[in-house]
Amino acid sequence: MKDLFEHHGEFKMDVLKEVGNIGAGNAATALSRLLNKPIDMAVPKVQMLPFEEVAERVGGSENIVCAVFFRVEGEAPGNLFFIMSPAAAKRLLERLAGFEVNEEGDFSEMEWSAIAEIGNILAGSYLSSLADFTSLSMIPTVPALALDMAGAILGYGLLQFGEMGDSALLIDTTFIEGQDEVEGQFFLIPDPESFGKIFKALGIPLDHD
Amino acid sequence: MIEEQKIVKVGMAELDTITGQGLIRTTGLGSCVGVTLLDPYRKIAGLAHVMLPSSDIAREGTLNIAKYADTALPELVQRLSDLGATKSKLVAKMAGGAQMFTFGGKGDSMRIGPRNVDSCKLMLSKLNIPLIGEDTGGNYGRTIELDIESGILFIRSIQKEVKEL
Repeated sequence: MKDLFEHHGEFKMDVLKEVGNIGAGNAATALSRLLNKPIDMAVPKVQMLPFEEVAERVGGSENIVCAVFFRVEGEAPGNLFFIMSPAAAKRLLERLAGFEVNEEGDFSEMEWSAIAEIGNILAGSYLSSLADFTSLSMIPTVPALALDMAGAILGYGLLQFGEMGDSALLIDTTFIEGQDEVEGQFFLIPDPESFGKIFKALGIPLDHD
Repeated sequence: MIEEQKIVKVGMAELDTITGQGLIRTTGLGSCVGVTLLDPYRKIAGLAHVMLPSSDIAREGTLNIAKYADTALPELVQRLSDLGATKSKLVAKMAGGAQMFTFGGKGDSMRIGPRNVDSCKLMLSKLNIPLIGEDTGGNYGRTIELDIESGILFIRSIQKEVKEL
């Protein structure tokens, strides 16, 4: 894994940032259409992070988050998370579907299934734009939902990296809907083997070639 | 004067020890398993935050032995004996090993939680350490904390009350 970034490391990181940009950019556009409002996006962060620090990106290991998880299958497999605070998820439901939400309470079954569907649409546009960009197939599984501690949820996305080392490469993109503060984060954690394929597909020579 | 309580924090795929008094804790256990070992007479305890069942699958250059059930537990026992714990007096408690997400039975990694639990149990029995408390499985995350003085393992999760083992 480290070898892969030994040469032209910074350039490769920039390529992955662009990957995040394209994916999340398309997802943000999809969300903006759904909400009929402009959506802003932060510049993607691409970093090799120790496991402990991954959950820090969403407020710490014990912070409670609402997550939609997709296993990505195909030529460049990986894990994709769409993460919001429970309050942001409620506000999103309110805007989008006119749910009368109780910001404190649990999610109803209807609310969960709406979140799953939103996640589905966003993940679909995230991955299909990446697939177009790289000509690699990337297909999301059906969404899985969780409202739980960030550490417990994200730990699941680190298993593939666990066999390789103690850090994972994360493509982290945040989008924000104006003053209304519907904020969400996409975490794409490609499997370690996928990086070589992504670079190759984009015409970046691998060091051992 | 109230003395500030000592708290040792153990991160994912790490292990650590504590002696005397205080708490040893790890947060956000999902499919990972937190195993605590305690010598209640000498007040020496340790905790391993195990991420994967077996080091056989490791493809890393330098093995992080704290990460795998089969390497973490023997190491923890060794560290505790080095600190003066009596091996035959050690007792174990464990929590975690949840299945955070369920899909239509896709792939082995989906069952990683139960596999971690099985592997930890197997290692404990190989090491002849009795498992005296367990809160594993389910589909939710846990934060655990062992109080070395009382030997109680506190388990917190988001929708349940604090559990004491």
